[in-house]
Order: sequence, then structure tokens, then C-alpha cells
Amino acid sequence: MEEILNALARALSFGTPLLIACLGAILNERVGVVNLGVEGMMALGALAGFALAFGSGVGDGNLWLAVLAAMLAGALAALVHGFVTITLRANQFVSGLALTMLGLGAAGLLGKRFEGQPLFNQPPEWPFTLGAIGLALLLAFVFYATKIGLSLRSVGENPAAADLLGINVLGVRYAAVAVGGALAGLAGAYLSLVYRPSWTDGMTAGLGWIAVALVIFVGWSPLRAIFGAVFFGLLYYLQFRLQGQSGVPSEVFASLPYLLVILVLALSGLRGQQGNAPEALGKPYRRGER
Amino acid sequence: MGEPLLRLQNITKRFPGVVANDSVSLEVYPGEVLALLGENGAGKSTLISILYGLYRPDEGEIFIEGRPVKIASPLDALRLGIGLVPQHPTLVGRHTVAENLALGIGTPLLPARRIVPLIERIAQGYGLHIDPKAPVHQLSPGEKQRVEIVRALLRGAKVLILDEPTSVLTPQEAEALFQVMRELKAAGKSLIFISHKLEEVLAIADRCTVLRRGRVVSSLPTPEASKTKLAQMMVGRSVSFERKRANPQMGEVLLRVEDLQVRSGRNLPALRGVSFELCAGEILGIAGVAGNGQSELVEVLAGLRKMEGGMVRLAGQPLVANPARLFAQGVAHIPEDRIHMGTVPSMSVAENLALRTFHQAPFARGFLSNPAAYAANAEARVKEYAVATPSIHTPSRLLSGGNIQKVILARELAGQPRLILAVHPTYGLDIGATEQVHRVLLEKTYQGAGVLLVSEDLEELLSLSDRIAVLYQGRLRGPYPVGQISREQVGLLMTGGEA
Repeated sequence: MEEILNALARALSFGTPLLIACLGAILNERVGVVNLGVEGMMALGALAGFALAFGSGVGDGNLWLAVLAAMLAGALAALVHGFVTITLRANQFVSGLALTMLGLGAAGLLGKRFEGQPLFNQPPEWPFTLGAIGLALLLAFVFYATKIGLSLRSVGENPAAADLLGINVLGVRYAAVAVGGALAGLAGAYLSLVYRPSWTDGMTAGLGWIAVALVIFVGWSPLRAIFGAVFFGLLYYLQFRLQGQSGVPSEVFASLPYLLVILVLALSGLRGQQGNAPEALGKPYRRGER
Repeated sequence: MGEPLLRLQNITKRFPGVVANDSVSLEVYPGEVLALLGENGAGKSTLISILYGLYRPDEGEIFIEGRPVKIASPLDALRLGIGLVPQHPTLVGRHTVAENLALGIGTPLLPARRIVPLIERIAQGYGLHIDPKAPVHQLSPGEKQRVEIVRALLRGAKVLILDEPTSVLTPQEAEALFQVMRELKAAGKSLIFISHKLEEVLAIADRCTVLRRGRVVSSLPTPEASKTKLAQMMVGRSVSFERKRANPQMGEVLLRVEDLQVRSGRNLPALRGVSFELCAGEILGIAGVAGNGQSELVEVLAGLRKMEGGMVRLAGQPLVANPARLFAQGVAHIPEDRIHMGTVPSMSVAENLALRTFHQAPFARGFLSNPAAYAANAEARVKEYAVATPSIHTPSRLLSGGNIQKVILARELAGQPRLILAVHPTYGLDIGATEQVHRVLLEKTYQGAGVLLVSEDLEELLSLSDRIAVLYQGRLRGPYPVGQISREQVGLLMTGGEA
């Protein structure tokens, strides 16, 4: 019994960054912008958060400021992606991949001096977990019960129709991309401030990719994302749990997240989830083009 | 008659190389239906785009109720009371009717729910039947159109522009639309009705304005107009409206389809036991509202889709499910999506013309291709079919719809096809191009080819076909000889009624 409770608690704490990043990606994709840069934005957020918390001395007030810095870093990185794909109308997949590589590389380089430094004071975990669940509920409410949500969804489904009716398509997309990036940054901050709490190069360990895959797995639904994130949190927990107990080499376990991504996509394919994708997903919008 | 609700004065719009609108003036009064007529490229679309704030005119002025206005965006147009019912609905397919209508004007909270009473009030006021809770992708073209009309009215439209509204409707649906138009007229709205179909224009419009090459050729009250007169003004020469089919010479049975069953891309039954025969030299028309199995039928016959059950024989032999081999056996396919299925838009006219035969001599020499053969073939075809293209090396995407269709005809009908599958062959084409397509198809039947003509245009079906069959929910009604079935009966069969 205790074992199960413990597993569940660990699943929640693994699932929290997944859920936060996944909600950001859902928001992005619901307005029609794919951002494969989640992993990179998480790394930048993790570094920015840690750097501020560490560099500014030790105090709880600064920890929350650090969280804010992480979100800002994620949002700024996302806006680069936004500029390239929304204004310049470049391929979203290529730009997102570039952002991941850039984010991971830049964070690794800039974070050298924080490597191995411990953080003495850390924020508690529960506000993040509860906040993430609250955010999922809020996002679902916004999507389905508000005028803003209707505009967001319409921009992702049929931007031409939304434009015709006076919705600022590019503005909506920029806003959603920035908020999505901020959430990825927040997920990164959770890793470096709460979960570890320290900075190591490559600490995002593929979580961003899983968040991206999770979006498809949960069919672009913020509510289902809660369960998807807990489920994957549980798998993560098992991965660590089993690592010490079996004779299987640790590299096998280290490759598990990526196998999981493939599994997620295969499962989604079987369930016909791709059909839920927003109609205009991945397509840049240019007025007057059909 | 008082003051016009909307008046355009000397509107001129130039694009590089063309004057799309050349000093166009027109006016619409309250409670009036103005028909706007013209061939493709006559400047109707440009004019509508200007009225709807998508383009800005280079010269000229627009007045609404006497006040000069500037229309800078569709939103401006809506605010000024100009509503557009576009030819292809701009609705979000996955959203409900209410969600679509609430977009941009709904209340901050629960926009889709709060707008329902408003929708119902307008819908009842004008006899527009729509279900606010239905998802839009489940609606028929006619229903989607009603949603667009309600949207314009919700936003207080005084002038309603209907862009070829009947092109996707059955005769019964078109009649229902006309009833709505009469209600709107009675309520003092101004309507601008754009159509290629002259019968409809004569039936509903109060006045007709004809555009040709960007200029207003004539503006006259409907009682003074006639079909031939209008067509002559549109095309600039006289046009015949006689039934085009004379003495068909039927040969042996060319195509025999027995109890054909096919599933659609969504794995739902698309054809549920279809049987018919098509003779050499015959034109068999297939009528039906889009989505009743026409696409699947043609795809099977063109070798693009597997059958679930039944038998198809081409000249006595079982059909091979391979488009290339079918083409070699004389099956030509004029597909419904001429841009993406019929051509490779980024490839040149010459390459598109050789798509069927590029692997054979003279186009191929071993595994090298022979540019001279491409060029020679293209020059000959472009001349034969009068394709208007800057050069044979121009990418086909830069051609107009009519010229793309000519490229497809030239490619598919080269050689002597035995069976021609023609799907919406004249959809969106103007009178001149339509005449050419019809003439070519008829010529081929006199040379012994059988034609399966799938169309939503009943005028076309009735003027070309020898027999007509109707597809409704995957079942075939008929074929009936053309002389023994009326337009109205075909319309009823298309909606599942009894003839």
C-alpha cells in the first residue's frame, strides 16, 4: 500500500513538468503553431531560473522571481520561433528543431559555471503540481467557455475565417506561442529549482519531447493531459525504480524516454488521434491565400 | 426609387498587366436584387473583394446611403453593413453552428450558448432553418450557406453579396434559397447576386449588370433581358443554348458494372451495390450531391481505389486496378480536383502534358528523357486546344482554371481513349471554355468513346447526356433516358425523393 502511494506521489512529481510543458504545447498547437522547441525552451528556462536563484543569493522571495525569469526566458525563445514561423512563414518543424538545438546548446554553454552547484533553499513542490492541474482546468475552461477560447480554436482550425471576422490571427498566434514558451520555461524551472535542485547540462533528458508527443496522445485536450502526464510520470518512476533492481544495463533504461515517445505516437496512431489535430496545424497563414 | 443603399462610382483596380475593374459604376436600392454577370476574368471577383475590404480600389468611390466610405478590411465591410456569402464557405468545420456564429461577436463567457436565442430569432424571421448545435462539417452545402447568411444578418448586414450561391445546390435547395432571398428583399435588404446560371438570374433578379473585361457592358432591368441577350453581352458574341447532343451512335457495351461495393477513405460504405452499363459512343450522366459516392465510383474506374465486392468489366475484361495500365487500355480520367489531382502545379505545361507517357518513346530514350519530344508534343497540344499560356515552360499553377482544364483534356484525350471519366469537367469555367470542353467530349463520342460524365450542374447533364443516373447515399437510381426525366425529377432523386 505504502509502495503504491509512494509510486503515485513520485508519478505526480515526475508528471508535473510534463503536464506544464504539455499544456504550453497544446496552447501552441491549438492556434495552429507546432513548436518542437519545447526541449530547448525547457533547458533555457531551467538555466535562467537556476541562475537567478543561485546568483542573487539565497532567499525564498528570489526563488519566485527565478520562476518568473524562467518563464520569461521560455517566452523570449518562443518568440524567436514565432517570428520565424508566423511573420517569416518558415517551416515550423525546422524552426522548432533549430530552437531545441539552440536552447540545449546555449543553456549548456552559459550554464558551465553553475554545474555542480547546489541550491540550498528550494521552493516547495506542491504549488507547482496543484498549479499545473489548476492550469489544465483553466485552459479547458478558456477553450470551451470563453470568447477568447473560441477565437484561439478558430485561428487553429480556419485562420482565413477568423481573419475575415476581424480576429487578429497573427496576434493570437504570437500571444499563444509566447505563453506556450513561458510554460515550457516554467517546466524547466521546476526541474532545476524543485526537482533536482541543481543545474546539469542536459538535465531536461528528453522530457520536452515527451511533452510534445503527449499532446498527440491526449488529443489536444488539456483535461486528458492531466491523466496522460500522470501515466507517463508513473512510467518514468518505474524506469528509475527498476534500474537498481535488475541486471539490465542502465543504457537501456536511459533510452526508455525515447522509446516511450515512439510508443505514444504508435498508440495515438492506433486510436486515430491524428484526426483530432487542429485543421490548420503547421500551416503558416497568409491573407488571401487559399 | 429614392437613394441607393450602395453605390459604386468609377471604381478602377489595376493589377500588374491587367485592369481588373475599369471605371465600374453600379448601384443597388433597398429591397432590390441586382444580378452581377460576367465571364471568369470579367472582374466580378475583384469587385467583390473591393466591396468586402480585401482589395483597395486605385480610383473611384463607394457610397453607403449617400455617405462616402472607405472599406479597409472585411471587418470594416461588416460594420458598414455589407455581408458576403462566399462561394466556398469560410466556416470552421469542427465547430458547431453557434460557435461559428459567435466568433468575433459573442459574449466573453459562454459565447456559443448565449448567441442561440439571437440565431433562432433571425432564422425564424427569414425562414432560414438551421440547427445551432450541429457541427458544421455535418451540414450540406445548402445548410452551410444558410449559416453564412445568418452570420451576415447577425452582424446587421443591409447589403448581402451572394457569390455563385447556387453552384453547389440542388434545384430544390436553390428554390428554397430564392424564397429566403425574397424574404430578405421584402425586409428592405439589398442583394447582389452573382451567377453563371442565366435561368436563375432571370428568375430572381430585378436588374442585371453585365461585366466584360473589367467594364460594365450593360445594366438593364430583368424584364428587358433574355438568356441569349445576356449571354451575348457576357461573351461578346452570340451563344447557342440548344441541346448539344445530336444523333448519338451507340456501339457495343463498353463498361459493365455489376453490384459494385466500395468503401470510402473513412472506411464507410460509399457504394452499396451499383450496377449499370455504358456503351461505346454514349454519354452517361451521373448526377448527385457531392459526397454520395461519385468520387469513389470514378476512383474505382480509374484504378485508384479497391473494390469491396462486385464486378467491373471493361470491354468484356475484368478491370485491372492500375491507373497506368488502364490508361494504356484507353481509360482517360478528367479528375474533379483539376489542380492537385489533374496536374502537378509546380511543373511546366510541357511536363504536365507528358505525365501519362513520359516513360515511353519518344519522351524517354533509355532512362534519359528527351526534352525535344516534350517541347514538340507541348507545342502541338497547346495549339490544338488553344491553351492560353505564356510559354510551354510556364508552371501550370500560373494558368487559369480553364486553361489548366484544357491541359488535362489535351493530355488525357491524346490518342484514342475508349472510356472517358469526366468529373465536373466545366466546374468554375466560363461560357467560352465550357463550350470548348463540351465540344471536345462530344467529338470523342462520335469517334466511338464512351463518356461517364459526373457533374453537379444539371443543365450540363441534361444538355450532354444520353442517359442520366442519380447517386444517392451510395445507391444508383436509373439510368433514365434523358427525354424521359425532367430536371425536377432528377433534383428529387438527388435528395433521396421519388421521381
